[in-house]
Amino acid sequence: MNEVSDEILKPPVRESWFSRFQVVALVALTLLAIISKFYLPRLVPHTEWLELPLLLTIYFSLMRRGQIASLFFGAFVGLAEDSLSPANLPIGMYGITKTLVGYFAASISMRFNVESPVIRLVLSFFFYLFHAFFYWIMRRALLGQVVPFDLQEALVNGGLNAVVAIPLFAILDRMRLGG
Amino acid sequence: MEALLSRYRNLTVLLVVVFAQLLYLAYQVRTNRDERLIRVWAVTAVTPMAGVVEAVRRNTIGFLQDYFILLDVREQNRRLKSDNDHLRMENVYFRNQLATAEHARALTLFQTQIPSKTVPARVIGNSTVITAKAVFVDRGSTSGIEKGMAVVTPEGIVGKVVAVYPLVSQVLLVTDPTFKVGVESQKRHVHGVLNCSSGKCVVEQIQNEEKVDVGEWFFTSGEDRIFPKGFPVGTVVSAQPGQGMKNVALNLSGAPGGAEEVLVVLQGIHQNIPTGPPVLQASVKTLTPPSPDGGSTPTAKPQTEADKVLERYQTLGKQQEHVYGGVGSSIPNFNAKPPGEAATAKPPAVLTETGETQPTAAPTDKPGLAKPANAPPNSGPSILGARPNAQVPVPQPAIPAAKPKVENRPVLPLGAPRRKNPTPRAEPATPSQQQ
Repeated sequence: MNEVSDEILKPPVRESWFSRFQVVALVALTLLAIISKFYLPRLVPHTEWLELPLLLTIYFSLMRRGQIASLFFGAFVGLAEDSLSPANLPIGMYGITKTLVGYFAASISMRFNVESPVIRLVLSFFFYLFHAFFYWIMRRALLGQVVPFDLQEALVNGGLNAVVAIPLFAILDRMRLGG
Repeated sequence: MEALLSRYRNLTVLLVVVFAQLLYLAYQVRTNRDERLIRVWAVTAVTPMAGVVEAVRRNTIGFLQDYFILLDVREQNRRLKSDNDHLRMENVYFRNQLATAEHARALTLFQTQIPSKTVPARVIGNSTVITAKAVFVDRGSTSGIEKGMAVVTPEGIVGKVVAVYPLVSQVLLVTDPTFKVGVESQKRHVHGVLNCSSGKCVVEQIQNEEKVDVGEWFFTSGEDRIFPKGFPVGTVVSAQPGQGMKNVALNLSGAPGGAEEVLVVLQGIHQNIPTGPPVLQASVKTLTPPSPDGGSTPTAKPQTEADKVLERYQTLGKQQEHVYGGVGSSIPNFNAKPPGEAATAKPPAVLTETGETQPTAAPTDKPGLAKPANAPPNSGPSILGARPNAQVPVPQPAIPAAKPKVENRPVLPLGAPRRKNPTPRAEPATPSQQQ
């Protein structure tokens, strides 16, 4: 009875989604997102605001809905970004921030219909602000670096990233179905 | 305990992961050690790809932009330039210098200009941190680059090397919030610290009593031990007294974020703060521009005796309206002096009764001797260097001028021992003394 009820209650989307979403594609996308952050501003000017690794973390966490997998994925992406950060910033700043983003995004995804574009827009905007603010707090508190926090710029960048997140998530959805 | 852990398994894992990263971070901060291995792996994995993409971009998109999109624009530009050539020759001369000068050439020129030893590098990628301003350049430890070296362009300073890998280096830009540069003003040598943390660049630690003018240049002072002294930093856009310290806003002369090619200073040598604004093309050896009226072009000075004789004869011929080789032209007087020589010629000395030499009066208005072309029409005495309309003082004939003494000694060869001055001869007694 227990096994049967568990089987019924088990969300079919999660398992089937991840089983179909190719791990290779996920790794490739992650690397592509990190490299794009590294190179895109050279290719297309004024695109420093685009946080593809963060959007990928949010998407993975929302769709996977598993908190542990999401936080590990966030930590992996964050540490990879840290390794390309300026050498005066120690490794782990982005790691911690994105770990938290992954965990909280996965936690929230259980309460909302994350297939809705509006929800995705709001969540992307919120997590961008959370990410920027938490990173700033950590830099100030842990490293003692007095870096100004431009709220207006953060709001604008958050909005832009949220707008980008909608088509990006739709493409990733199609990849999931196609996979 | 187990039940508690299994109940809060996710939260426990989160805390463990975050705590582990915090410990790792604290270890790095405490030991002040850069985790080089991880960075080397990441940079080695990413930069070759970025280099390839950059090369592809240059050869494809850049080519397409140049060829298709800018085809008409370039043609129009060429036509406009051609028109400009006819209208404003001198202006185009300088503008062409600037328009055709490629950045790399300017960089090379700058490299040869500055005494510091540098190596050129190209920016290939940005940093992943949005708030931190850093770029990667395509030169690493194999090119002799070391951590802490300054990075500059001819226009101004760019940043410093914060991490070096075998083939690439990471440069922290001066616009990074954590970067500070020691600067010095040009006129009064006021020292300060450049800080770009608030989005715009300001010079801090300048007392209100110090005077800084708007538009004044700031140069590196060399006190930060990163940039050698004397590199241009920027100009003052506003200088206002503040609370305790002056608020001096600076406009950076270089574009640290937009620089494509930079110079890494391998061996910095301090220079003096220049007195004028930094001009890169100042030392470019170019021909003199053509005169605007299209008149006589400056000719080279005669070098040999033959050249001087030729020039003299040509001047005399022109003065006496003689055409060399022309039929029916009168024979010029080659003994006459050309106008330049006539004005500056020293009159011959004559021996006086006392055995001293005395210069004779300048022979003027003699027949056969040419007057200078720019000589005043009046026949009054001319004074060298006097204004044309100046009042000429009437000479007083009563008091004779002091006569210069010229000794008639044999000319000694160079290096021969000189004789002592002979005792002055007794002057002949004047009538007053005789009385």
